[in-house]
Amino acid sequence: MNKGLLRLAGSSSSSSLSCVSSSSSYVMEWANSNSFAFQSDEFLADDEEFGIEGGRSPDPAVPTQPVSSPPTVRKRSSDLVSDPDSKVQFSLEHAFGDSDFSPAGTFSARLRTWSHGGQTLTKLRFSRNGLSETEKENFKKLLEGDDFYRIRVPSNVLTPPGREYIVSSVKARCLPRDGLDEHFMIHMEGVNILAVNYGSPGSCPYPRQLKIPAKWSFKSHTVLKNSEQAPRTPVFTEEVVGENAEGELPPPERSFWAKYWMYLIPLGLIVMNAITQAMNMAEEPGTGQPGAQTQQAVAGVQRGQTNAVRRR
Amino acid sequence: MNMAIRVFLLLLIIFSSMYPTLCIYEDQVGHMDWHQQYIGKVKHAVFHTQKAARKRVVVSTEENVVASIDLRRGEIFWRHVLGPKDVIDALDIALGKYVITLSSEGTILRAWNLPDGQMMWETTLSGSTPSMSLLSIPTNLKIGKDDVVFVYGSGCLYAVASVDGEVIWKKELTSEGVHIQQLIYPDGTDIICAVGLAGLAQFDAYQINVKTGELLKHSSMVFPAGFSGDLSFITSDIAVTLDSTGSILVAVHFQDGEISFHQTHVSELGWDFSGPAVLLPTKLPGMFALEINKSIVFIKVTNEGKLEAVDKLGQSTAVSESLNLSEGQQAFGLIQRGDGKIILTVKLGNDWTSNLLQETIQMDHQRGNAHKVFINTYVRTDRSNGFRALIVMEDHSLFLLQQGEIVWSREDGLASITDVMASELPVEKDGVSVAKVEHNLFEWLKGHLLKLKGTLMIATPDDVVAIQKLRLQSSGKSKMTRDHNGFRKLLIVLTRAGKLFALHTGDGRIVWSLFLDSLRKSETCQNPRGLSLHQWQDPHHHVLDENPSVLVVGRCDHSTDSPGVLSVVDTYTGQERNHLGPRHSITRVIPLPFTDSAEQRLHLLLDVNRQAHLYPRTTEALDIFQRELGNIYWYSADVDKGILKGHAVQNNCILKIADSYCFNTRDLWSIILPSESEKIIATATRNLNEAVHTQAKVTSDQEVMYKYISKNLLFLATVAPKAVGPIGSVTPEESWLVVYVIDTVTGRILHRMTHHGSQGPVQAVFSENWVVYHYFNLKAHRYEMSVIEIYDQSRSDNKDILKLLLGKHNLTSPITAYSRPEVIAKSQSYFFMHSVKTLAVTSTAKGITSKQLLLGTIGDQVLALDKRFLDPRRTVNPTQAEKEEGIIPLTDSLPIIPQSYVTHALKVEGLRGIATVPAKLESTTLVFAYGVDLFFTRLAPSRTYDSLTEDFSYALLLITIAALVIAIFVTWIWSEKKELQEKWR
Repeated sequence: MNKGLLRLAGSSSSSSLSCVSSSSSYVMEWANSNSFAFQSDEFLADDEEFGIEGGRSPDPAVPTQPVSSPPTVRKRSSDLVSDPDSKVQFSLEHAFGDSDFSPAGTFSARLRTWSHGGQTLTKLRFSRNGLSETEKENFKKLLEGDDFYRIRVPSNVLTPPGREYIVSSVKARCLPRDGLDEHFMIHMEGVNILAVNYGSPGSCPYPRQLKIPAKWSFKSHTVLKNSEQAPRTPVFTEEVVGENAEGELPPPERSFWAKYWMYLIPLGLIVMNAITQAMNMAEEPGTGQPGAQTQQAVAGVQRGQTNAVRRR
Repeated sequence: MNMAIRVFLLLLIIFSSMYPTLCIYEDQVGHMDWHQQYIGKVKHAVFHTQKAARKRVVVSTEENVVASIDLRRGEIFWRHVLGPKDVIDALDIALGKYVITLSSEGTILRAWNLPDGQMMWETTLSGSTPSMSLLSIPTNLKIGKDDVVFVYGSGCLYAVASVDGEVIWKKELTSEGVHIQQLIYPDGTDIICAVGLAGLAQFDAYQINVKTGELLKHSSMVFPAGFSGDLSFITSDIAVTLDSTGSILVAVHFQDGEISFHQTHVSELGWDFSGPAVLLPTKLPGMFALEINKSIVFIKVTNEGKLEAVDKLGQSTAVSESLNLSEGQQAFGLIQRGDGKIILTVKLGNDWTSNLLQETIQMDHQRGNAHKVFINTYVRTDRSNGFRALIVMEDHSLFLLQQGEIVWSREDGLASITDVMASELPVEKDGVSVAKVEHNLFEWLKGHLLKLKGTLMIATPDDVVAIQKLRLQSSGKSKMTRDHNGFRKLLIVLTRAGKLFALHTGDGRIVWSLFLDSLRKSETCQNPRGLSLHQWQDPHHHVLDENPSVLVVGRCDHSTDSPGVLSVVDTYTGQERNHLGPRHSITRVIPLPFTDSAEQRLHLLLDVNRQAHLYPRTTEALDIFQRELGNIYWYSADVDKGILKGHAVQNNCILKIADSYCFNTRDLWSIILPSESEKIIATATRNLNEAVHTQAKVTSDQEVMYKYISKNLLFLATVAPKAVGPIGSVTPEESWLVVYVIDTVTGRILHRMTHHGSQGPVQAVFSENWVVYHYFNLKAHRYEMSVIEIYDQSRSDNKDILKLLLGKHNLTSPITAYSRPEVIAKSQSYFFMHSVKTLAVTSTAKGITSKQLLLGTIGDQVLALDKRFLDPRRTVNPTQAEKEEGIIPLTDSLPIIPQSYVTHALKVEGLRGIATVPAKLESTTLVFAYGVDLFFTRLAPSRTYDSLTEDFSYALLLITIAALVIAIFVTWIWSEKKELQEKWR
């Protein structure tokens, strides 16, 4: 059995989202068409690539038997405190439409116990069971009826199913691409799962077209998400506050021009007009008007002067 | 062209929003706002008529109001609204000048000055065990020099000096689990008697020295059959109670510590009584009342201790307490309901057969039955006794009756509004009679000339008064038709009493009121209450002839599984069109975004069995629903367990009687909050009718941000279970606040964030793509407000103009919740000085106008705060471009600008909610704040950029135009003349 591996990059509790960047190492798929899951005997030493808890740890082979019974927790160590990292497993179950839930895969992760007592999961891996023939038939029915494909996981990974199962569902027609693409985003708070956002990794545009996948295998993407810290309220020193408070007040008095430009421009135009008129009138009767010169000089105090002069 | 208008409007908004001013001038108060004061349903009333120049009645109400009311006109002299948990248990007058109230389960005793309502003193009486709280004010008793009041509360008996509230002595009386039910102080003696029951089987009487509080005698006697619970006190030494089966009356004599029981079977009283009886709480002289078989029986206790039934009246009878008349006589009043009238009867205590007074008063059927009656006596001009009665009706209204007439009435049901909805008024049509508020042309001109005088400041003081009067009554604001700007509307409000009122937004008057039959006590529905209002039919396209209507949803009892009642009410006429029920329980009402051909909105009602019921029950509605069946999702939250679930419709119910309007539901998703670390305390969703003008937001650096706008977003706030209590009950380390933004179709958590060291109470409001919430930060010892804005990243690459031109963009593709959203959330927190009772946001017709948050402050005022202050993109030093965009420099706290109080100087006492309704004019929104008081106003968050102000002087404009035209003509003629002259030269 091949394993869809997923791991979590950030180990500190404050880091929120760890999206896996490289493609081949975390997304694996079955290429099996038979109903029986292939049992791999490969030694999985993922730590060398992502090791965070002190580099490579001699992680013994992950038990890879398909989980068939309702969710089981396997604690590698009976004493959690002495061993800060212990393995946990919890199962994913699925249902077609309104059918009952049946096992569909297993999540396995490391449980990290922090010195302050908190526990978080890291290095989440997911292995999906292959679809049996009946399951394929059921899935086809879902596709035809545009019905819901539902999954569930326990709400507590240590004592499954916790208080209740976390259910999530998606319209089955959203999943098929080449194979079946799925995307899990698991919101966690300590060892509790709050919610699973389940759906296709991309878009699922509205009139959903019926498309039968070429390959009946799941391509799983898994993201683990922990709580995010809210940004803290900025705290200013007194003077900055005062300064900023000043900024809230109405802006300082603007200049005379800025305030009254809308009146001044038409006024200027009118004056200009009047002057040109006066010029014309003055010119027409000829130069025999002694008063014209002075009159124009008086009127031409403003900007119109140059204009008037040029015209003349 | 459209685009040009939009650009223009946007520019206008930017310009106008540069100077956020909200304040109004003094003379504008009351111009477009109104304020109404109420007190609520009266519980206790004490008259103060003797030796007082102003006759008044002091009342306490179910809204925790103490008020002094003018007995002549029904106006409020003074009023105090106590806190929502400070329930008033008893009220009386001491020393003839202090109103004494006992509240908070007998722990707080206050004295208020009778003339002006000033609080004189307050005493906290700390006790250990919860108990009944009793107040007894003896008329003539002095301990030392002080007059005293006796208070029993929290298991202790106190003597308190009525002058200054000092506790003179205290005696604990709970030693043997005795529940004291009455304090009896016979005038002129030295002994106060406290009487009660212990464990429903033992009668206890304590005799206590009034001077010292010393216990003189404690006597008790066991009644083996057990008591039903309540005692009714006939005289100072006889009490009556029922045994545990409710069929035997037990008269208890407890004179001087000697207790004896006398049993009488109910059936022995005559009148063929059968069935269990219930003792009514009455204080009648020598008499008590029983409720048997839905009728009230008055039973007299003779001097020998024999019981004698005197009369049997209908269930809807209200009885007053006894009233001392002169010469040691006592009287009491009765109110009986007739057909369209009520009958007030006043009888003497020892004489049932004759009446001192019997009056019939016309009373609207809409008022229901009388619930309470308080009587008071006065001396008539002919020196005989007259009586006045204060009655409280089923719809919580208050009446004063005197001489067979209603002196005044108060609509105090409006103090307990539970839901508000706005409705349009009819369109003005020929033939529709319209209130005559139109002026003729001459008056119109005169008014404008007056205003012109005012503007030019040449008005005389008389003119100023006239202008103000004109303003207040102006512009036909109280007309009963729709106006062009959409300012005139009807506010349909549902009160706790189950009464529906339509208030006119112009002046706040009641247009119609309807006491719904379905929300009245009946055989099938014992304790009905209104839940919510929904728009049922809002005709605006092709069925304009139909009147709009609202759906009133109610429930028969307090529990969620009690049957629901529905009724549809026409909002123009105030008539009930039809009603349904009682039928299946109602836990939630979901208005669907579909309407049928008559524009009736489809509603999905969910019951406790997780079945969905479709309304209206027509085949057409069913057809529409079947088509959209796959696209209907909703969520439910179990607050106690901390579980959120998403649901969808599955198939028809399988019932004994086939019902094609009933559907089974199924669960699609669930979110389970860890019970040890999170508890739900607040949720907020978007208003479904909200209009969003644009999805894109252009930032200063020419970038486009796309708002993530979905109607299915839910804001959820949880706190640590320890931190559910009041502020200060936990340390910052053990409290946190987690906020979520959840898509309710798929159950995706779009954003989750923890505020460490914070706690509730949380108030939140969700609008467009942002949510604002208010909480307490324990570390900073201050309230904070935070904003989360959600932006859609999947559309953010639509910036290439070439792509847009070639149509290679995804802007027009339909949005589906099943796509994985690429959203980013921006968040920012600010300190805010006030605690907030309620949060709301302004809403306008098209959503173009910038938004304001409306905060109901702890001082019962409404404060408007620009949304721009709560912008997560605020930085300490915004660039010039950002400043132009309207980004305010970052500060750590939000400013409280005194001018931005929407309620200006007024208070909306007991503020509970703020409703905003868009007007037709884009710039304007209507705001209705309700609590014990009502307040309505119009707001323009970006000022009225799309209309002239109401006091714009058209006359001045006309005169200016006329003057200009004349000037043109004059100058034209003048220039013509001049030209001619010049040509002749």
